[in-house]
Amino acid sequence: MQTNDLLISLTEKSGVSGYEQTIQAQIAEIFRQFTNDVKVDTLGNVIAKISGIGDQCRPSIMVTAHADEIGFMVSKIEKGGFLRVLPIGGVDPRTVLAQEVIVHGREDLLGIFGAKPPHLLQAEDFNKAIPLDELFIDLGMDEQRIRELVHIGDIVTIRRKTIPLLNNHMAAKAMDDRSGIVLMIEMMKQLKRLHINADIYVVATVQEEIGVRGAITSSYSILPDIGIAIDVTHGDMPGVASDLVFELGKGPVIGYGPNIHSNIYDLLVKTAKDENIPYQIEISQGPTGTDARAIQVTQAGIATGLLSIPLRYMHTSVETLNTKDIKHGAKLLALFIERVDKQFVEELVCY
Amino acid sequence: MLLKRLTEANGVSGNESEIRKIIIDEITPYVDNIKIDVIGNIIASKNSHLSGAKLMIAAHMDEVGLMIVSIENNGLLKFRAVGGIDNRVLVSKHVVIGENKINGIIGAKAIHLQKRNERTIPLAMEQLYIDIGAKTKEEAEKNIKIGDYVAFVSEYLEMGDDYAKGKAFDDRVGCAVLIEILKHQFDMPIYAVFTVQEEIGLRGATVAAYTVNPDLALIIEGTTASDVIGTDSKYYVTQLGKGPAISIMDRGMIANPIFNKYITNIANNYNIPLQIREGATGGNDAGKIHLHKEGIITGVISIPVRYIHSTNSVINLKDYQNLIVLTKLFVEEVSKTKGLKI
Repeated sequence: MQTNDLLISLTEKSGVSGYEQTIQAQIAEIFRQFTNDVKVDTLGNVIAKISGIGDQCRPSIMVTAHADEIGFMVSKIEKGGFLRVLPIGGVDPRTVLAQEVIVHGREDLLGIFGAKPPHLLQAEDFNKAIPLDELFIDLGMDEQRIRELVHIGDIVTIRRKTIPLLNNHMAAKAMDDRSGIVLMIEMMKQLKRLHINADIYVVATVQEEIGVRGAITSSYSILPDIGIAIDVTHGDMPGVASDLVFELGKGPVIGYGPNIHSNIYDLLVKTAKDENIPYQIEISQGPTGTDARAIQVTQAGIATGLLSIPLRYMHTSVETLNTKDIKHGAKLLALFIERVDKQFVEELVCY
Repeated sequence: MLLKRLTEANGVSGNESEIRKIIIDEITPYVDNIKIDVIGNIIASKNSHLSGAKLMIAAHMDEVGLMIVSIENNGLLKFRAVGGIDNRVLVSKHVVIGENKINGIIGAKAIHLQKRNERTIPLAMEQLYIDIGAKTKEEAEKNIKIGDYVAFVSEYLEMGDDYAKGKAFDDRVGCAVLIEILKHQFDMPIYAVFTVQEEIGLRGATVAAYTVNPDLALIIEGTTASDVIGTDSKYYVTQLGKGPAISIMDRGMIANPIFNKYITNIANNYNIPLQIREGATGGNDAGKIHLHKEGIITGVISIPVRYIHSTNSVINLKDYQNLIVLTKLFVEEVSKTKGLKI
């Protein structure tokens, strides 16, 4: 599948943190097109290994992107059959009013987050954002039938068809971080054409949105020499400080700061410069909100890098990116991997 | 599926061309004459040669939406509402702009970048904009112009047990009912009017009533239903699944008691559920039509709509079927009695 088709196919599926089975099955299937060595660990991380060529003592590089997305869990079935929900991950309740959802009960049910009609709103209502505990999901069904089909703890996913925009832009839900998964797949396509020394572990992690939990266990079991997290970072938009956001279409964003090993940062930047790949730089003063946060402090420590795709309107159902950034990111990552050799790994501890 | 075809088409007030074409296409086989007036109303007639009381049945074609008012240097588009919209339902939604239906989205600042107190304050219209993926004003201007209409994108889908979700049920349900009625033969002059600009002040109905000059008018509408958790039952207005609703009073008209008695009798005789619209907010085309000339006996029957004026409204399909049956029976009865006699 081409980049856009992959993005559409992966973003429109459900995979709320902790409930990634469906999306992970699809990702594992895609990974198997590149290697027979695909495993699923206890938490649900999908791990694909592509062995390098050359001598037995090869560097190992782990690349991760998270498969999970934010969503909701049914917390109460109210009188009349209206559902109350809890957030899974960082949901802004202001973005879900009059939004379509799929409630994963005994069967998948279409629902709507209800909103009061404007004719009934008082002046003060317009000044108040409705908190999640006052929002509800309407399934258009009798309460008794709902109680048969839906249970407390059932998962709710936002429903959104991918929207193509001008200039290679696309809007969808769960671009965070299915676009990272697509970047890794595109990277694997490129690796086929390159001379790779290292063993590559491509990991679709789970439960990133609720505390990078999948990265904790997958990093422990793989224990690579180098770990690179692929995630999204904030795209530029009005009303946000310019140092916190990145321009869409201006290239992937290379992370820098205490969470990042400076040799990895340097090699990513050098590769981008040498290969004429556009890139941007994100400076973080502490642990990043990505898998890199967990990877770095695994076991005795792993040298960590971070590559991000600029994304506007993160954690809404219309997360917007430029697909060129994914393609450039995949190319940069593949060519970075080609450059990693034993000497590079040995020098990671030469401070 | 008629409701799907009608609701997925666009027709923001003042820009009803697309929906008008579809309606003309639907009714042409069933009517004697179709006239489009200068403001854009469709006036379709059957049996205009017959003498006796003239019935006007009306539904509005237009829907609430947005309009582009400026194009920013960064290629983002500012907009204003056309009709009554709660800003808060616009966030994180898909829209299409202009005749070429350019895709756009209404985004919001990522939760990570918000200050804690920002989350409790809704985003004002001034803080929202439409993103079409253009990077500069020049690029946006190649695809968009100021004044372009913006419509919500919302698939018509059936859900739950005999419910459906979509946009513009207010008042494409009314349009659908009129189309169904026109498929039948009645023994009186009937003028089916699909009005424009209802949502911005009943503008189309004002002139259509003048042209048709009916003896009796029936408005088929979509009305507020707030029969949901968190709303006190005294503010429900109407309830889904309890049948079509007749008004008692709204901002534009005190309901005609003769009409209400007439329609209630029909509903009782034929065992059709009917509810009373328990509220006085809102208004519809009847507000203008009943004041035409010396006054026109005007009635309103509505389908209850949850989350009205939003991107995803919900109706009960049994209410829709009952509305068609009740309207048909009403027209049959007034045909027989040559007017509203009880």
